[in-house]
Amino acid sequence: MSDILDMTAVELAAAIRAGKTTAVEATEAVLARIEEKDKELNCYVTVCREKALAQAEAVQAKIEAGELTGALAGVPVAIKDNMCTEGLLTTCSSKILGNFVPTFSAEAVLNLEKAGAVIIGKTNMDEFAMGSTTETSAFGETKNPWNTEHVPGGSSGGSAAAVAAEECFYALGSDTGGSIRQPASFCGVVGMKPTYGTVSRYGLIAYGSSLDQIGPLAKDVTDCATILEVIASHDEKDSTSVAREDTDFTKALVDDVKGMKIGIPKDYFGEGLDEEVKNAVLQAAKMLEEKGAMVEEFDLSLVDYAIPTYYTIAAAEASSNLERFDGIKYGYRTPDYEGLHNMYKKSRSEGFGEEVKRRIMLGSFVLSSGYYDAYYLKALKVKALIKKAFDDAFAKYDMILGPAAPTTAPKLGESLTDPIQMYLGDIYTIAVNLAGLPGISLPCGRDSKGLPIGLQLIGDCFQEKKLIQAAYTYEKGRGVFPSAVKKA
Amino acid sequence: MAKQYETVIGLEVHVELATKTKIFCGCSTAFGGAPNTHTCPVCTGMPGSLPVLNKQVLEYAIAVGLATDCEITRYGKFDRKNYFYPDNPQNYQISQLYLPICRNGGVEIETEEGGKKIVGIHEIHMEEDAGKLVHDEWEDCSLVDYNRSGVPLIEIVSEPDMRSAEEVIAYLEKLRLIIQYLGASDCKLQEGSMRADVNLSVREVGAEEFGTRTEMKNLNSFKAIARAIEGERERQIDLIEEGKAVVQETRRWDDTKGESYAMRSKEDAQDYRYFPDPDLVPIIVSDEMLDEIRAKQPEFRTEKMARYKEEYDIPDYDIDIITGAKHMADLFEATVAICNQPKKVSNWLMGETMRLMKEKEVDVEDLRFSPENLAKLITLVDSKAINSSVAKEVFEVMFEEDIDPEKYVEEKGLKTVNDEGALRKTIEEVIAGNPQSVDDYHNGKEKAIGFLVGQTMKAMKGKADPGMVNQILKELL
Amino acid sequence: MANIISDETIEYVGILAKLELSDAEKEQAKKDMGRMLDYIDKLGELDTDGVEPMSHVFPVQNVFREDMVTNSDTREQLLSNAPEQKDGMFVVPKTFD
Repeated sequence: MSDILDMTAVELAAAIRAGKTTAVEATEAVLARIEEKDKELNCYVTVCREKALAQAEAVQAKIEAGELTGALAGVPVAIKDNMCTEGLLTTCSSKILGNFVPTFSAEAVLNLEKAGAVIIGKTNMDEFAMGSTTETSAFGETKNPWNTEHVPGGSSGGSAAAVAAEECFYALGSDTGGSIRQPASFCGVVGMKPTYGTVSRYGLIAYGSSLDQIGPLAKDVTDCATILEVIASHDEKDSTSVAREDTDFTKALVDDVKGMKIGIPKDYFGEGLDEEVKNAVLQAAKMLEEKGAMVEEFDLSLVDYAIPTYYTIAAAEASSNLERFDGIKYGYRTPDYEGLHNMYKKSRSEGFGEEVKRRIMLGSFVLSSGYYDAYYLKALKVKALIKKAFDDAFAKYDMILGPAAPTTAPKLGESLTDPIQMYLGDIYTIAVNLAGLPGISLPCGRDSKGLPIGLQLIGDCFQEKKLIQAAYTYEKGRGVFPSAVKKA
Repeated sequence: MAKQYETVIGLEVHVELATKTKIFCGCSTAFGGAPNTHTCPVCTGMPGSLPVLNKQVLEYAIAVGLATDCEITRYGKFDRKNYFYPDNPQNYQISQLYLPICRNGGVEIETEEGGKKIVGIHEIHMEEDAGKLVHDEWEDCSLVDYNRSGVPLIEIVSEPDMRSAEEVIAYLEKLRLIIQYLGASDCKLQEGSMRADVNLSVREVGAEEFGTRTEMKNLNSFKAIARAIEGERERQIDLIEEGKAVVQETRRWDDTKGESYAMRSKEDAQDYRYFPDPDLVPIIVSDEMLDEIRAKQPEFRTEKMARYKEEYDIPDYDIDIITGAKHMADLFEATVAICNQPKKVSNWLMGETMRLMKEKEVDVEDLRFSPENLAKLITLVDSKAINSSVAKEVFEVMFEEDIDPEKYVEEKGLKTVNDEGALRKTIEEVIAGNPQSVDDYHNGKEKAIGFLVGQTMKAMKGKADPGMVNQILKELL
Repeated sequence: MANIISDETIEYVGILAKLELSDAEKEQAKKDMGRMLDYIDKLGELDTDGVEPMSHVFPVQNVFREDMVTNSDTREQLLSNAPEQKDGMFVVPKTFD
């Protein structure tokens, strides 16, 4: 089967069930692709070849014995390197965790394994998920499979690029401010951030705990819904996990948007938005309208305030979440030090990269005595206003439609020089995390350079099914999106 | 004339709650495990781990709040207190700053003058304990054990309402009694399940404003607390008299040296950057939850005292002592439940138990003998199987290692000899061997018979009934 | 730039965050933090009087565990990532209370 790598995850699982191929063959094909491509693309921090093959054999045996019958059984998956995997290096793409081997697996990973997933390896990311390009990784940048002079986006850049380059059939990412949706957009794949609390955060190494959510990166909407259905669970180990009964997301794979009300926020189409992106996104809106949706423009308001609010809250939480990396229990410890505090300072200063240090410093400052009310508390109040603005919007619309990012993937090395400019790239994704909403990004065209453009749909809390239905309908109308490998 | 100063004291009391598991994970809180054997990813700050609140911790905290007349916070949260220290695995402690579970309470204490006074409770909050640092004897390093990391604590913060070491100790004893009655903690100062930090300032008598206060840590006995208060009062007064300022700081009391020193370093900014912990969700205390906890509140001391008077007919003095410690009251009630002899049980507790506790420096909480065995001992005496002096001997052994008195008496052959023939024979021998005393007795010295009884008991190794010995002696003489 | 970050502030935040910056990094951090704070100051344009700070997005509350021991001794695993260990404990530079 020469074109096994072309299959979606759901197609592959069906082929394995039908005996047309095996989990082992699929794993070997993916490993061969990695061998061929990953030196250049650097999607992976760790590839666990032997473990994956052994797991594939075990899974295949269970499929043949009828013990594993799920829609993803036997399909190789890549996991973002900020999710703990028992016995498998988990680095957060940071020197400070460069040798860290977790003793337990993240709940989302366990859910996948129960469903018969084969873990291929751990994908590269911006260090501790702080960045939008995967260039802040301590293990080198990942390159965009569509054009290796460009970034894949971030922070789940390795996951998005691995899916696009067919170095896996699907991947898990995490999204704190757009870290699934933006790289999905840059790499021409489908990425979904579920409602906060839908996927357990147990085992996800925290960046901004109130914003982080795990989600799928996949080749199409069907895969995306199928993966989400498997990883969503109410976990007693995560206090913020929500008990939901409506996680049969694949039921929403219906080609119909008649009567759906879609709002297009005017504020998302103003200054800073690339013309080609704008046209592609509006074209997509038009298609949904033609298929029977009611589409109208409206004022969302407060859009410009989301980024400063986000960076205050995320940096504050990160400054605290990253305190545990101190050179005592795990990870990097500086070789030379005098006394405890010197050991802390040197281990952390040598172990963390520049962007991480920048956010830790900012976060420590906004929480410090005398500034808490002016910065942190203020940001929590603005967050309440932003949530309210979304509530008002969802009183009128079933979903919000806009771009996932203002541009297509920038060139490597262009973003990090100006942090604020980089942060502005998150303008369409960030508010979704502040309000805990679900969002999906899927390809809706390519620009004149041939780089993919992402369409974003945002739903009200717990309304993933509406998003899946609209995205599926759009995808059907759009037709097959070319893969980064063939670029046809 | 020298100025008169008043001491103003407030306390921060940490109490380890008597839960089976830690506050945020299912690890055991039991003492004595090998280092780091009562740990998991949560209480050691492993990346990706998350906390989940132990419901019992909340219930104990609310129970203590209700028993100290606090308002219970109906919408509460946990906050992170950020500071780097090796015993704190996440380098933040999960605590409560903004919305503590209880506020605005107080307990009544008796003052030295015999009056009563309320010591206000500012707040009670829940938090996690830290691990333990062990100093390596051989190498220049320290070692960290996280067995205690995550053990639940409540911190009870008083108002600055105390004016002397005596009031402080009265307050601590009162708190301890309430918490022990609730079963929320054993409150042992020496073992650290109750720890008090003392906030102290001095001011001239009559002054309106408080002086600058210091906080003293490392106080692990009532005696140390009393000495530290006296020492710190003098230190502050000396500074003021010399025209120097008291610096607001944390000081560590060294009880062996009898002095305190400042715990300060450049690296210790004391800026804890508290913020709500995003990993834990808010706590809503409903009316139903409060009613449930109220219904479970045990009988407190005053209620118990009234009931004892009514039910047991023992002296007020005994009631006061027995109800003065939860463990003592429990022992009393459990023993009475078995043998139904309240006065005798009380006598054992008030007499021999107190004497041995004093002699052997044993705390009430550490009493080892079981109610079953004390009841058996009382029955043995009642049935004249042993006499009271043998009973005291047996009790002393029970006090040490809680032996079964029936078996012990049997094994050691301590039963009273009821064989009159044998006793008569021994008495005849005693009479024959002590002609002088026999003469004295016949000459009207009644006391001489006491000596002869003593000699007989000695010969019988104490196993005779003294009443019977007396009777036979008189008869033979 | 409206927010001027002093050397003392950078020094102080470094103590809080346990980060030791080189002189060049300090200069950069002063600039970055100043610019970020200028940007965050934009929030001051919004009137938030009477707005309740939102720390949690959903009204999920009262999530508890029962008080039952579920964990056993996993010390070996715990120490498996330790940079330095001795006698079942983590080794740290000599530290006094």
